Amino acid sequence: MELYSFTFLAVLAIASAVGMILTRNTVNSALLLVLNLLSVAGLYLVLQAQFLALIQVLVYAGAIMVLFLFVIMLLNLDEEESFFDKIRVKYIVAFLLGVVIFGQILYSLGGITDLLPEISEEMEFAGTVEALGDVLYTDFLFAFEMTAILLTAAVVGAIMIAQYKKTDKGDS
Amino acid sequence: MVGIDWYLALSAVIFTIGMIGVLIRRNAIVVFMCVELMLNAVNLSLVAFSAYHGDVTGQILVFFSLAVAAAEAVIGLAIILAIFRNNLSVDITKVNLLRW
Repeated sequence: MELYSFTFLAVLAIASAVGMILTRNTVNSALLLVLNLLSVAGLYLVLQAQFLALIQVLVYAGAIMVLFLFVIMLLNLDEEESFFDKIRVKYIVAFLLGVVIFGQILYSLGGITDLLPEISEEMEFAGTVEALGDVLYTDFLFAFEMTAILLTAAVVGAIMIAQYKKTDKGDS
Repeated sequence: MVGIDWYLALSAVIFTIGMIGVLIRRNAIVVFMCVELMLNAVNLSLVAFSAYHGDVTGQILVFFSLAVAAAEAVIGLAIILAIFRNNLSVDITKVNLLRW
């Protein structure tokens, strides 16, 4: 059962990722990214990380992707020109570079295969909200508070950058 | 039980797809979404390690990484909006003021 879920979700994730970088329409691209994020959330469930699966759906697939779609709507983009018209040298170089990076990652994975952890007994209890909260509000309390400060700073910074200033060119 | 190496390989595949997307796409928003894809792939490998160790710390790291990704998305989209106001385009090849 677990094998089937993993295979299904993995194929879904890879297919939606490939579709995302190949589709012409930006909105379709965003929706395929949502599909990818949802299938990764499913993989978290297979790994018994329930809390993170929930957060992934709420924060990533919900909030962040809605933000993306809003920006796409605001910008009212045309379709990207000349990406699909001709195969250029730089696309081939990009593809080769991708293959090299992938080979590198696989090589380093192969180097540590003997050292990979065995499945431990505690795994069933690792992903619950209770287990996460226990650690988060004790050992990582400082980092948690810093995250709050970071998010506040990000909101203020985003408003500062994106606000529309009505400047009259003549004055200053 | 699916072995952890399958999760790591899947994570590597998604990461590579995201990187190719960053390299070949010219629409700034799609490039940005590809960066999110790469972040997501790394999160997957962290969760896999965490689950197989039975240690919750990896999932805490993913939690923080999600928060940082949210902050990054907000700032990045604001910058893309500002670029669009100046250039009337989000084509990254047209943003070449700092190009050597």
